[in-house]
Amino acid sequence: MKPNPLARGLLVASVVLILAFLMIPVIIVVPLSFSDTRFMTFPPPALSLRWYAAFFGNPDWLAAARTTLTASFLATAIATPVGVAAAYAIEHGTHAWIRRLRTVLMLPLMVPIIIVAVGVFFVYSKFDYVNTLGGLILADTMLGLPYVVISVGADLRSFDHAQEMAARSLGMNRLRSFLTVTLPQIRSSVISGAVFVFIQALDETVVALFVSGGPNQTLTRRMFVTLRDEIDPTIAAISTMLTALTLTLVLIVVISRRGRGIAEGARV
Amino acid sequence: MMTTARGIVPEYELTRPSVTDAARRYQRREDRAMLYLMAPALAVVVVLLVVPLAWLSWQSIRQDGGFTFANYRRIFSGTYLDTFLLTFKLSAIVTGVTLLLGYPVAYLAASVRPKLAALILGMVILPFWTSVLVRTYAWLVLLQRTGIVNKVLLASGLVDQPVRLAYNEFGTIIAMVHILLPFMVLPLYSAMQKIPASMSQAAASLGASPVHAFLRVFLPLSMGGVVAGVTLVFVLCLGFYITPELMGGGKSIMVSMVVSRNVEIYNSWGAASSVSVVLLLCVFAIFYAASRVIPLDKTLGAK
Repeated sequence: MKPNPLARGLLVASVVLILAFLMIPVIIVVPLSFSDTRFMTFPPPALSLRWYAAFFGNPDWLAAARTTLTASFLATAIATPVGVAAAYAIEHGTHAWIRRLRTVLMLPLMVPIIIVAVGVFFVYSKFDYVNTLGGLILADTMLGLPYVVISVGADLRSFDHAQEMAARSLGMNRLRSFLTVTLPQIRSSVISGAVFVFIQALDETVVALFVSGGPNQTLTRRMFVTLRDEIDPTIAAISTMLTALTLTLVLIVVISRRGRGIAEGARV
Repeated sequence: MMTTARGIVPEYELTRPSVTDAARRYQRREDRAMLYLMAPALAVVVVLLVVPLAWLSWQSIRQDGGFTFANYRRIFSGTYLDTFLLTFKLSAIVTGVTLLLGYPVAYLAASVRPKLAALILGMVILPFWTSVLVRTYAWLVLLQRTGIVNKVLLASGLVDQPVRLAYNEFGTIIAMVHILLPFMVLPLYSAMQKIPASMSQAAASLGASPVHAFLRVFLPLSMGGVVAGVTLVFVLCLGFYITPELMGGGKSIMVSMVVSRNVEIYNSWGAASSVSVVLLLCVFAIFYAASRVIPLDKTLGAK
């Protein structure tokens, strides 16, 4: 079939425009963060690090960043093993109930985030747990669990379980056979699940608006509250750093996936 | 039955029911162990999500120790109804625009060399992984009175004075389309990539014009991706909070903002809970309807 060159050209041109629409807002923040004026003019009249200085010189911003990083790390540390265990159970369980319970674990992705936030706020206010670091970690753990279950679950489904059976028949207990035989082979999906949990916790804003405050305010909550009043260029600096961090993490996933791709190619 | 079984299965197998019993017992023990393994994950989700959802539904029909539907009556009359209608209207617009923009992108990505496809998808995924708050902020900067978009418009002579682009419905729609577009492109691409090129070629060799081949062959085959993308984007729109709150200028109130205001400002759990329950029912109804057509797991696994 000979494609119509005019139609093809039109398609390519419109896709280029749409991709520009997607990319420009992500990129534009970077030059703006290095601007030396308060007014968000583009291109910036002169370059400076003043908005980065404004961030690193403000103890409130730094405290918020510390809260976010601590909560994200600990939520990842909890959600990853808990999620892997759940994914393993879903894969090995035979009862119909186990499949139904999987839907329960998917709920944090299905329920609109605002309702999740109101629900978590309700539970924490009953137990006087609002504005605590622990509460924030727990909420981020819940929101991250589905990513681990989906990522690891998909990998386990294509995994050859006979390998683990063989290890067990040779006398290893279940945990050891999982750790030494299965885990190394599903490593990349565990890593990507963990990275998703971390990025989700880093980005989480709505639940944090309800349950994080005072000394345990998250970075995104502070950004949101600031943006409600004014367009502060400090946020451009924070945005640039957040995007850089996220991109680095996504690259780690891509690289770990690529490694797996090569290994699989070798096996075939 | 028994006699035929006896004919095939040796006698001693039938007189040894303990084998199947042991297997069943093993299976039951195995399932119980798997349940324990799942327990921590379940506990977190049940305590932080299932219990409060149940409580919200209960709260929405309770008042002063009795039962009431007053909270629901309020939804179907007056301002809350307007809020729901506005939310559905905005969600429909955003979903429609993302489909219109997303389809050609996915189509091109599915029809070019793998290297080029990776580049296109990369440019879709990069914003996808950027914080929603960061992207809303970028749009606030771009669309404000003195922003870049207004400068370009002024310089090109299209307008004489800055246009109000941010802090209204227009700005909300633009920013939401930008944030949700990847959720449309990715399921569309994954559906289109499975359509063999030979399909369209076969249609062409049978005399179909390119337009005809596209409409009668390619489009129907990509419908699974369309349903997945539309479902995902529409549901995400219904509950969207950050962008409408920051970009809407306080005039277009969406359902999520009503929920948040009732809790944060008015401390009115009755109103918040009934609105939440209706929103939740809408979302589940949409997911259920979509799951009749396509596997739901695939839709959720998009991110």
